[in-house]
Amino acid sequence: MSKILVLTEFNNSNLKRSSQELLQFAAKTGRPVVALALGTQAAAGASQLGGHGAQEVLLDKDSTFDVYNPELFSAAVSEAIQKSGATLVLASASSSAKDLLPRTAAKVGAGLVSDGTEITVSGDDVKVKKPLYAGKCFATAVFENASVKIVLMRANQLPVAAADTSKAANVTELSFVKPSLKTLIKSVVKGASEKLDLTEANIVVSGGRGLKEAGNFKMLEDLAAVLGATVGASRAVVDAGWVGHSMQVGQTGKTVAPTLYIAVGISGAIQHLAGMSGSKVIVAINNDPNAPIFRKATYGIVGDAFEIVPKLTEEFKKALHH
Amino acid sequence: MKVFVCLKQVPDTETKIKILPDQSGIDPAGIKWVMNPYDEHAVEEAVKFREKNAGAQVWVVTCGPKARAVESLRTALAMGADEAIVINAPENLDAISTAKAIAQTISAEGGAHLIFTGKLSIDLNQSSVPQMLAEFLSVPHTSVVSKFETSPEGTVVERDVEGGAKEVVQMMNPCLVAANKGLNMPRYASLPGIMKAKKKVIKEVEFSTLGIAPTEQKVKYTGYTLPPEKPSVKLLTGDVSSQVSQLVTCLRDEAKVL
Repeated sequence: MSKILVLTEFNNSNLKRSSQELLQFAAKTGRPVVALALGTQAAAGASQLGGHGAQEVLLDKDSTFDVYNPELFSAAVSEAIQKSGATLVLASASSSAKDLLPRTAAKVGAGLVSDGTEITVSGDDVKVKKPLYAGKCFATAVFENASVKIVLMRANQLPVAAADTSKAANVTELSFVKPSLKTLIKSVVKGASEKLDLTEANIVVSGGRGLKEAGNFKMLEDLAAVLGATVGASRAVVDAGWVGHSMQVGQTGKTVAPTLYIAVGISGAIQHLAGMSGSKVIVAINNDPNAPIFRKATYGIVGDAFEIVPKLTEEFKKALHH
Repeated sequence: MKVFVCLKQVPDTETKIKILPDQSGIDPAGIKWVMNPYDEHAVEEAVKFREKNAGAQVWVVTCGPKARAVESLRTALAMGADEAIVINAPENLDAISTAKAIAQTISAEGGAHLIFTGKLSIDLNQSSVPQMLAEFLSVPHTSVVSKFETSPEGTVVERDVEGGAKEVVQMMNPCLVAANKGLNMPRYASLPGIMKAKKKVIKEVEFSTLGIAPTEQKVKYTGYTLPPEKPSVKLLTGDVSSQVSQLVTCLRDEAKVL
C-alpha cells in the first residue's frame, strides 16, 4: 500500500501533540508512515518520531526552516511527496500548515480538505468529516481523481497513546535545491499573551456585551487565570473595539471546540453559536433567561455576571487547590 | 496597473442552515446571499490603493452561478471598484478548479499588480483558493493579513498567527494578500455608487470555455448533517453562592471537566 506522509511540527524540540495524533493514526491504518521534519528543532527532536509510528523520517535540518516561509515550506513538502511517493499527506490545521499546503496542492495537483474532525482511511480510500459554515452543519469530503490527497486535521480530534520508545525510524536527508524566494519574513512579533491560542485551548472563557465595558474583561481574565483558560469574545465587543479580533469566537472569528466553554454576558447570536457549539461542556451566565445561548448550554445561571463571576473565581480556586 | 480582488458570495452569517432531504447539500431556500465578510476588507484595501495611486484600476472577479454571483460584484462596484468579471460556473466547484479559473481570467486580462482576497470564505472554511491562486500565478502570497503597505520596491504586510503573534512579511510585487478582519474598516456603498454599479456592464466568462476538465475536480462534499441536538440546559437555582457552588460541583463530578 502506498505511503502516508505526515508533516510534523515541534515546539522547543518536543513533537507537538497534534503531530503525535497524526503519526499514531497513520500507523494504525497499516500503511507505511513517513514523517517530514524541517528545521533545527525538528532535527533535535526527530528521534521521537519512530516511537509514535513513523518508519521513515525525511529530515532537512537547515536553519532556514526555523522561520516559517510559505514558498520554502511548500517546496519542501512537494519534494517530500515526490521523494517518498506518498499518496496521502496528513497535517495539523495549524496556521502555517493551512497557509502552505494549498500552495503544495496546486503545485502537485492534489485534492485538499482542511479542518477535518474525523478521518477514515481504508486502503487508498480516504473520507474526512468536517464542519461547514463554522459548524452550522457537517459534511463528509471524498476525493475524486486525486492521485495525492492532503488532509489537515483539527488538533485534539484523535487519541494519543504513550510513545513506544523501543521503535526508531530510519532517517534520510531531504536534500533539495531551495527555490529562490520572493517572500522574506522580516520579524515575528510575539503576542501579548503567552497562553494557548483559542483554537488549541482546553478551556475558554468568553465575554460579550453583557460585560458593559472593556475594563470589565479583567474579571474574565481573573477567572481564566484560575482555570488556565484562554479568553475569547463575541463579535459585538470586538466590533466595539473592547478587545482585538484575534479573540473573536464565531463564524467571522475563530471556531473553537474546547472541553469547557464559559460564556459570560453573551446572548448567543447564531454566528457566535456556530463557532463554539462543538465545545464539550458549555456554561452560560446571562441575565436574560430567554438568551439563545441557553439552548446550547449544558449548565446555565440566570443572573448578574458582576455578582456571579468573582464568586465563581473564588469557588474554582478552592475546588482546584484540593 | 490592475489590482484584482477575488470575491465569493456566501450565506449571510445570520442564516440558519438547513439540509436537503437527500443530504446532498444545504437547502438554498430563503438564504440571503452576501459578499463574504473577509472579502469586504479586500475590496476596501484595493480601493484605498487606487485612491493613492493615480492610474490604478480595481477589477473584481467572482466564480459561481452568474444569476446570483453578480450581486457581490455590484456591491464591490458600489464600494468603488472599476471593473467586474463574473466567471459563470456551476455550484460546488472545488477550490483547485476555482483557483485555476480565476488565475486564467486574471492572466487573460494582462495579469495583476496586486491581488486581494479574503483570508477564507465563511461557507466551506477551507482557506485554500488564495494560496492556490498565488501558486498558479507564480506570485508570493501572505494570508491572514491585518496590515498592508506597498511601494514600487515591494509589499510589506503583517500576518496574524496563533496566540496574537504577528509575522512581518516582505514580498516582491506582484503578490497576493489575503485579508483578515483587522486590516481596515470597509466603507459603505454610497448612493451614487449604487446607482453607477447598477448600470455597469459586467464582463462574463463561461467556465466551460476555460478548458478545465471535470476530472480536475478533486474534492466533493457528501452526507451533509446538522450538528447533534444538545440536551436541554440544566439551570442552577438558589442564591448566587449556591448557584456557584452547584456549578463547580457539576463541572467536577458530573461533567468531569475540571
